[in-house]
Amino acid sequence: MNKTYIIELENISKEYDGIRVLDNINLYIKRNEFLTLLGPSGCGKTTTLRIIGGFEQPTEGKIIFEGKDITEVPPYKRQINTVFQRYALFPHMNVFENIAFGLNIKKVSQKEINSKVKEILRLVNLQSFENRSIESLSGGQQQRVAIARALVNEPEVLLLDEPLGALDLKLRKEMQIELKNMQKRVGITFIYVTHDQEEALTMSDSIVVMDKGVVQQIGTPVDIYNEPKNRFVAQFIGDSNIINGIMLEDFKVEFAGKVFDCVDKGFDKNESVEVVIRPEDLEITIQEKGQLKGIVTSITFKGVHYEMIVNDGTIDWKIHSTIMKSVGTKIGMIVAPENIHVMKKVTRE
Amino acid sequence: MKMKWTSYPYLLWIIIFILVPLVLVLLYAITATEEHISNLEFTLDNFNRFLDPKYFDVLWVSVKLALQSTVMTLILGYPIAILIAKEKPSKRNILISLFIIPMWMNFLLRTYAWLTLLGKNGIINFIISQLGFGPLDLLYNDGAVLLGMVYNFLPFMILPIYSVLVKIDNSLMESAEDLGANKFQVFTKITLPLSIPGIITGITMVFMPAVSTFVISRLLGGGQYMLIGNLVEQQFLWVGDWHFGSAISIIMMIFILLTMAITAKFDTQKKGSRGLW
Repeated sequence: MNKTYIIELENISKEYDGIRVLDNINLYIKRNEFLTLLGPSGCGKTTTLRIIGGFEQPTEGKIIFEGKDITEVPPYKRQINTVFQRYALFPHMNVFENIAFGLNIKKVSQKEINSKVKEILRLVNLQSFENRSIESLSGGQQQRVAIARALVNEPEVLLLDEPLGALDLKLRKEMQIELKNMQKRVGITFIYVTHDQEEALTMSDSIVVMDKGVVQQIGTPVDIYNEPKNRFVAQFIGDSNIINGIMLEDFKVEFAGKVFDCVDKGFDKNESVEVVIRPEDLEITIQEKGQLKGIVTSITFKGVHYEMIVNDGTIDWKIHSTIMKSVGTKIGMIVAPENIHVMKKVTRE
Repeated sequence: MKMKWTSYPYLLWIIIFILVPLVLVLLYAITATEEHISNLEFTLDNFNRFLDPKYFDVLWVSVKLALQSTVMTLILGYPIAILIAKEKPSKRNILISLFIIPMWMNFLLRTYAWLTLLGKNGIINFIISQLGFGPLDLLYNDGAVLLGMVYNFLPFMILPIYSVLVKIDNSLMESAEDLGANKFQVFTKITLPLSIPGIITGITMVFMPAVSTFVISRLLGGGQYMLIGNLVEQQFLWVGDWHFGSAISIIMMIFILLTMAITAKFDTQKKGSRGLW
C-alpha cells in the first residue's frame, strides 16, 4: 500500500454493449490534490468519475481506496461524495434539509447537525439561506448548496462532475477561484471533471487529459501546457501551431525549410516529428531579422491581444501579439529555442 | 378574464353537456314529484329519505369497496409503475402498452369475461375440480366485485404514478445514495415523496369511478347486489323516481368532492407536477 495515494485505478476498462468507452485506465491520485479529468465530451471522463463514485462498475480492473479494493462497494458505503452535473438537489426539501440529508442518514444528533450545517453554509457563503426552497435559488446558489451538501459529510474525496457548466462566464470564473480556495481550506482530495481547458489550468494540481477512453497525458498544468505529449493534447490545451518537422540531431530540428536550435533530445537521427509552437511564442519583428518571413493575411481583435494569421508561402502561422500589424504587411517572426516543443509523431488510427 | 373566441365552442360544450345536466340534477333533487314544470314544489324530502339506515348501508358498502379497491390498486400498481419506470425507454413503452391495450376493449366485454372465468363451470373452477376440490362460489360476492374493480381500474393507478416516476431525475437517487442512503432509504426519502402527486392522481382516478360504479357490481355481484351506483341506476331506470335518484347523485358527488379534498391535503408538494386537483 502506498500512503501517498488515496485512490488508485488499476487497468480500468468499461464497455457498454460491447463498445469500449474506457481502455485500460491507470490513475494514481494523491491525497489532498486537486486533480482534473479533462477531455472533450465522450472521452470517458465522466464514466471514470462515476466508477470512482461507485455508480458504474468497471468491466475490468479495480479501484483501490486507501489501500483497500472498493470495486464492489456500493456508493453509500464509500467515503466519497459527489457534486453532480445538474446539482441534483432534492426539490422537496429546503436548503437546510438538503444539506442535512447525509448527516440525518448517519444519525448524527440534531444539535450537531444544526451547527455543522450552519458552519458549512458560512463556508459556501450562504448564511441565513437555511429555509429557502431550492427553486428560489439562482444557479450559482444551487451550486453552492450542492457543494455544501457534499462537503458537510467530511468526505475523504470530493468528486465534481462539470459543476460549473451551467453558470455564466463571470460567475464561473469566481467559482473556480472559490472552489480552489475551498479545497485548500478543507484539505481534501478533489477530483474534478471538465471539458474546459482553461478551467483545468486555473484550478488543478494535476491534469489528466483523456481522449477516446484513453489517458493521453498526466501532469501539472504547466507541464501539460508547455510539454504536450502528442498532437491531441497540444491542440486541446490552448492554441497551437503544429507543423511537421525532422529531428536532425539532438537540439537541432528542421521545419518550414529552416534549421532551428531547440531544447529537445533523445530522438532518432532524421526522425520525422511534430513541432508545437504556441501562438504567443512567435515574436514579431522586421522582415529582415525574422527566422520566418510571411505576410499577414488576417487579424482578429481578442481583447488582450490580436490574433494574426501569417502565411510564409506554405504554412499559415497563428500569432498572438499585442502589436498589431495590418493585413498585407510583410513581417518576420522569431521563436526562442525553449519555445519550440518537439513531439514524437504518433500515427493515430 | 379575457377569453379568446376560439374558446367559445368549448364553452358551449361545457354548458350543454356539463353545466345544464348538473343544474337539472340539482333541480330534480330539490323538487317533489310533480308532473308539470309550471308548479314546481321545492323540498328537501329527497335528501331526508336517504337518512334511512338501509341507504346508509349501501353508501357504507360502496365506500368500503371503493377504498379497498383503491388500496389494492395502489399496492399492486406502485411496484409495477416502479418496475416499468426503471426499464430502458424502448422496453417501457411496450410494457405500458400492455396495460393500455386491454382498455381499448369494451369495458363491459372485459367484465363479462370474468363471468366465464369465475362461474360455476368456469375455467378456474374447472382447474380446481381437476385437482379434486369442489366447485367454489367465486361469483356474486364482495370478492368478485372487488376483483372486477381492481382489474378494471389498475391502469388508472399505474399510469399517473408511472408518468411521475419516469420524470424524476435519476441523479436525485444517485446523489441520495452518494450521501449514504441505502436503497430502502432512497425509496422512502426521495422516490416516494416525489411521487406523491402521481399517487394522488391515481387515487382520484380509481376512487371516483369505483365509488360510483354500477356495472361491475351488477355483473359480478349479481342482481341483488346494491352499491350506491346501482341505487341511482335503480331509481332512474326501474323505480322512475328521478327526484330521489338525483338527490343520491348529489350526495355521492359531495362525498367524492370531500374525499378528494382530504386526499389533496396530503399533497404537500407546493410546486411541480400537481395531482388532478
